[in-house]
Amino acid sequence: MPQILVQELSKSYLVSEREAGSWGAAKGLLRRRRRVIEALKGISFSLERGELLGFIGPNGAGKSTTIKILSGILRPSSGRCEVRGLVPWRDRIRHVAGIGVVFGQRSQLWWDLPVIEGFELLRDIYRVEDADYRKSLDAMVSLMRLERILDQPVRQLSLGQRMRCEIAAAMLHRPAILFLDEPTIGLDAPSKLAVREFVASLNRDAGVTVILTTHDMHDIEALAQRVIVIGNGVILADTSFERLRAEVLTERRLFIDFAGEAPALEIPNVRVRGREGNSIELAFDPRQVPAPELIGRLTAKYDLLDFHLEQPRIEEVIAHFYNLHGATEA
Amino acid sequence: MMRIRPYLTVFRMRFALMLQYRAAALAGFGTQCWWGFIKVMVFAAFFRSSIAHQPMSLAQSITYVWLGQAFLALLPWTADPDIAEMVRTGNVAYDRLRPLDTYFFWYARAMAWMAARALPRCAMMFAFACLVVPLLGMGAWRLRMPSSLESAALFAAAMAAEVLLSSALVMIVNLGCVVTLSDRGATTLMVPFVLVLSGSIVPLPFFPNWMQPFLFFQPFAGLVDIPYRIYFGGLTGWIAIAGLAQMLAWTIVLVLGGHRTMSAAMNRLQVQGS
Repeated sequence: MPQILVQELSKSYLVSEREAGSWGAAKGLLRRRRRVIEALKGISFSLERGELLGFIGPNGAGKSTTIKILSGILRPSSGRCEVRGLVPWRDRIRHVAGIGVVFGQRSQLWWDLPVIEGFELLRDIYRVEDADYRKSLDAMVSLMRLERILDQPVRQLSLGQRMRCEIAAAMLHRPAILFLDEPTIGLDAPSKLAVREFVASLNRDAGVTVILTTHDMHDIEALAQRVIVIGNGVILADTSFERLRAEVLTERRLFIDFAGEAPALEIPNVRVRGREGNSIELAFDPRQVPAPELIGRLTAKYDLLDFHLEQPRIEEVIAHFYNLHGATEA
Repeated sequence: MMRIRPYLTVFRMRFALMLQYRAAALAGFGTQCWWGFIKVMVFAAFFRSSIAHQPMSLAQSITYVWLGQAFLALLPWTADPDIAEMVRTGNVAYDRLRPLDTYFFWYARAMAWMAARALPRCAMMFAFACLVVPLLGMGAWRLRMPSSLESAALFAAAMAAEVLLSSALVMIVNLGCVVTLSDRGATTLMVPFVLVLSGSIVPLPFFPNWMQPFLFFQPFAGLVDIPYRIYFGGLTGWIAIAGLAQMLAWTIVLVLGGHRTMSAAMNRLQVQGS
């Protein structure tokens, strides 16, 4: 039995709409127009203990809805979902005692309380024994470097400091599963690195199962062994990141600086993506034109100053993938 | 003990947090002194102009007014601002992630919120209305002491019951807020009931005689009328005990009903956005 099991999970919302303008508003008084939004249209996947799953997709794809159902906040319209043998929304109290959740856009710590008191509140809410609490707290404080901010009220923390506290807060009761919904949103580079490092170590050293949603593909690249891409409420891919990249966009880019003016190049299966003065950017598929061969041909014929080879940026890969599936938000 | 520890901690933390807001307490106290004087003057004018026999004496009416000013923060006419804010922003999601009964989680917070707001305000108001008012040469307009030791003890019990009752009523407004996603509607509905039926505007004994049985047994009487009449000896013995019993009975009814409504509301809850 997998730790997390999701089968044919669907969720639809009813939204009211009205036409623009005062005439639309008046009409809305008499008759409300309702529309059903299908946030999830039957998704299925399962997850074993200790996995680290990246959940990506454009805005409005259904990532957060899935997290909210898995964490017991929302009830699905239909489908099956079990986490450690419990149905999240039905056995909510028992279920939430064993999971940790961080919503990057929200705060779970009381705004006016110093961080340490917020932690103590959570200790009592989760009924954590004192000795266990001390141990978790010490571990979190040193991992997330919180010593100097423990006595500050949450409202006075920077976003990066707050997010480190939020993640620590979600781990104080030592949950077996951690849900992270956009934990790096709005963070600067060092804070992002710290969060990634921390999540990786929780997963690697403590065996915590992690489900992570993000729009930052570097999070995914750094962390996730497995990626689920979701778009318009359906799962588009469930694979490893490298496989996804290889399937979607195999293209390589070759950047060359010539000693003189960049020549007009006509090589079969190689596209000139751009040129500027002495530099030129080529795109090719390594399955058709192996990179060493291309470079060999160029060095034989021209005087090269420098060159480097790149893969398309991951953002590009993903945008390309979303486009292939028509998954960008309406 | 382990079972109720979370709720006790929530109460303690919110209580301590609310006590920090000293400026708000002072401002509230200032306004309540001002309104207290206006109400006292209205009663003084009323008693001077009327020769009919009244159900309460002027001294009793003045005591009723000052008590009302002292415990104004215990009137349940708005949603708990924390809950209203959470419902608006969707942070309510986090409260559903706690391994707690959401109703009692919020009930403990509402209780702490009310008690912590009332405590400094009533201490200042007692000092003012018992000591400062006579020093200003208005001894007739002062807040008098409870009529007997027995009244004082019953009053203390009634105030404890009032915190329970009032928090249960705040929870009704909170629930209205959850269902309609705004605290405005439920608050607007609640205010007139609380003000009129509690006795806060006109003490309930001044209402027509035929209404008295109804007024005594409706839930809002426990917010003002029953405790204050116990204080000055208007309700004594078994009638006072009956008053206390009705407060507790309404509290139980409201908590049970609220608890049920909460489960239904949470099942329909939609938290949108990320």
